[in-house]
Amino acid sequence: MKLLLLGDEAIAQAFIDAGGSAINSYPGTPSTQITEYVMKSKEAAAKGIRANWCANEKTALEASIGVAYSGRRAMTCMKHVGMNVCGDPFMNAAIIGTKGVLLVVADDPSMFSSQDEQDSRFYGHWAMVPMLEPSNQQEAYDMVFFGYELSERLGTPVLMRIPTRLAHSRAGVERREPLPQNPLSMPSDPKSFVLLPVNAKRLYRELIDKQSRFEESAETSGNNKYIDGKDHKRGIVTTGIAYNYLLENFADGQCPYPVVKITQYPLPEKMLGRLYDECDEILVLEDGQPFVEEQLKGLAKGKPIHGRLDETIRRDGELNAEKVAKALGLPVASGPAVPDVVVNRPPALCQGCPHHDSYNAVIEVMKQYPEGRVFGDIGCYTLGYNMGAINTTVCMGASITMAKGASEMGIFPSLAVIGDGTFGHSGMTGLLDCVNEKANVVVIILDNDITAMTGGQPSSANQKIRNICIGLGVEPDHIRSIVPLPKNHDEFVSILNEEINYNGVSVIIPQRTCLVELKKHLAQKNSK
Amino acid sequence: MKKDIILCGVGGDGIVSVAKIISDAALNLGLYVKQSEIHGMSQRGGSVFSHLRISSNPIHSDVIPEGKADIILSSEPMEALRYLPFLAPDGQVITNSDPFINIKHYPEVEKVQAELAKLKNCVAFDANAIAKQIKARGNMVLLGAAAPYLEIAFEELEKAIHNIFGRKGDEVVATNITAIREGHKQTAR
Repeated sequence: MKLLLLGDEAIAQAFIDAGGSAINSYPGTPSTQITEYVMKSKEAAAKGIRANWCANEKTALEASIGVAYSGRRAMTCMKHVGMNVCGDPFMNAAIIGTKGVLLVVADDPSMFSSQDEQDSRFYGHWAMVPMLEPSNQQEAYDMVFFGYELSERLGTPVLMRIPTRLAHSRAGVERREPLPQNPLSMPSDPKSFVLLPVNAKRLYRELIDKQSRFEESAETSGNNKYIDGKDHKRGIVTTGIAYNYLLENFADGQCPYPVVKITQYPLPEKMLGRLYDECDEILVLEDGQPFVEEQLKGLAKGKPIHGRLDETIRRDGELNAEKVAKALGLPVASGPAVPDVVVNRPPALCQGCPHHDSYNAVIEVMKQYPEGRVFGDIGCYTLGYNMGAINTTVCMGASITMAKGASEMGIFPSLAVIGDGTFGHSGMTGLLDCVNEKANVVVIILDNDITAMTGGQPSSANQKIRNICIGLGVEPDHIRSIVPLPKNHDEFVSILNEEINYNGVSVIIPQRTCLVELKKHLAQKNSK
Repeated sequence: MKKDIILCGVGGDGIVSVAKIISDAALNLGLYVKQSEIHGMSQRGGSVFSHLRISSNPIHSDVIPEGKADIILSSEPMEALRYLPFLAPDGQVITNSDPFINIKHYPEVEKVQAELAKLKNCVAFDANAIAKQIKARGNMVLLGAAAPYLEIAFEELEKAIHNIFGRKGDEVVATNITAIREGHKQTAR
């Protein structure tokens, strides 16, 4: 019997079945359900598999390198922007040649829940590691097994890249016979974990020398396929789920053109060379940035290569069957137009959300300061932008550090608004900068007990925020707490006014549990 | 057999549960299933949708192309209209008629209803009113109303409800089964 699993869940089940020992991750849409699935799995618990939410993507991936040091199979999952946070351990895990580490990154083309469309394959290419990009849920499951085998055989971390539509789409998945976990063992080459220049120089050379084996695997593993077609006027390259959007356009699933279906990198250059030689022009279909297309352009000797770079397919936004149809010159259907009466229904803070009360106070106080600014951050409270409460949202933790930079240039008042989860992720270091420079900022840490936006994961700084602020050197008199409720509005406003008028680092902690979380707790209580 | 279904509504109203039940039933029948949904920020009280595809042949794309949906099943009338470009020429709309007004500029309800009335194949009824009487949720009533269009035997949907809600207890299962039966009365032919 097949299991009906999200792409995320298929990867999680495969991690459990492929002898995984520890999963260390940071939540981020659309990757969160991988780690959550392992956490909820009774099977994983029975096998003693560790499943942790970490403070951020960097600490998570470093933990995985530690797991690999002990000879075990590790997984770290994150959303695409998390790659920026763990870039340091990632690049260096590649140099080490870390065995048994699978890094799963969920990209978000079309930015359903993200601030950019960055394509993680560029990271994998840069780090010179093999990458997997499954085209469906079953492949995602099977490729976890393959990824670990490849990682351990060739001595390299492996990056698996999935887009939103695979992460968050369910399909039937067939399981395999589970593998046992690896026994605890020390590295065969302990020097490889000491990246002093003397070792790193040798290891980088080894990584370069390994490339031919990575390439050979991409040609011969069976993951990449050359599928011949009768009509050689055009050759098509698909990566990951783009293959499905191609087949969707042919009633019998038979594409008349030769296709190179890519799900493993580095690029299978022999297959691509054959396609290029045998066809008049090439169309590249990728659900993401033109990663393969750029490389093909470099290899091409005159024949046209179409794709996102020449906007045969729009450069931005996720791929779909309609865009592929247009690129192939096929007719595109559409139902009735959306009637004019339909208006947008943007996401909003829940009714009764504590952030509402915090923002009501901020909005009222900031009316006195048209030249002042509120630097926002990433979480449910980013929706405060729709209330006119925040001026910026850039990346995790940037509220505090941007407020610092702006205040030093004379913007007054400079407020930062950051959630408890994001503060734990990357707000603490910025606050230390503020303390060291005696910056004139007011940092509002919205503490709702939970990482709410990704569905209620524990927040790493939970119950510790005040002590962390004291530890970082914020004056205890200027760490203020308040319960954000309509009845406390006036008190909130006066605290804000007092702290704005204090020339130094102030922290205000509005503390009230996320309502969604509270409802979950109550429901659990009632069902017991 | 092939059914492409757009499920839509407003974040939190249970369209994902409906998708799961239909998927479970389809999988039990040995059909191929793909069901995609959007999580995260796009969920918070905003417009939400799920693409559900079931077929006796392998399914390629996880999302339904425009103009190809056999059914739009919506828990909110304006949301049903939002996804019309996905509807196939002979496609069927089944929607709750009770508006969910959580935005300032929600259009006049009569205008929304007038647009629904223009559609060739549309069933609109107040699923929330029916659900209230039996202390169930509107989404399950809508599922019952959609049953005749799914080409899945009604008993299979009941079985799927047992599978999915079984661990929540007999009472939850019974309520949901009553709900789909009540919904079914709206469209049973």
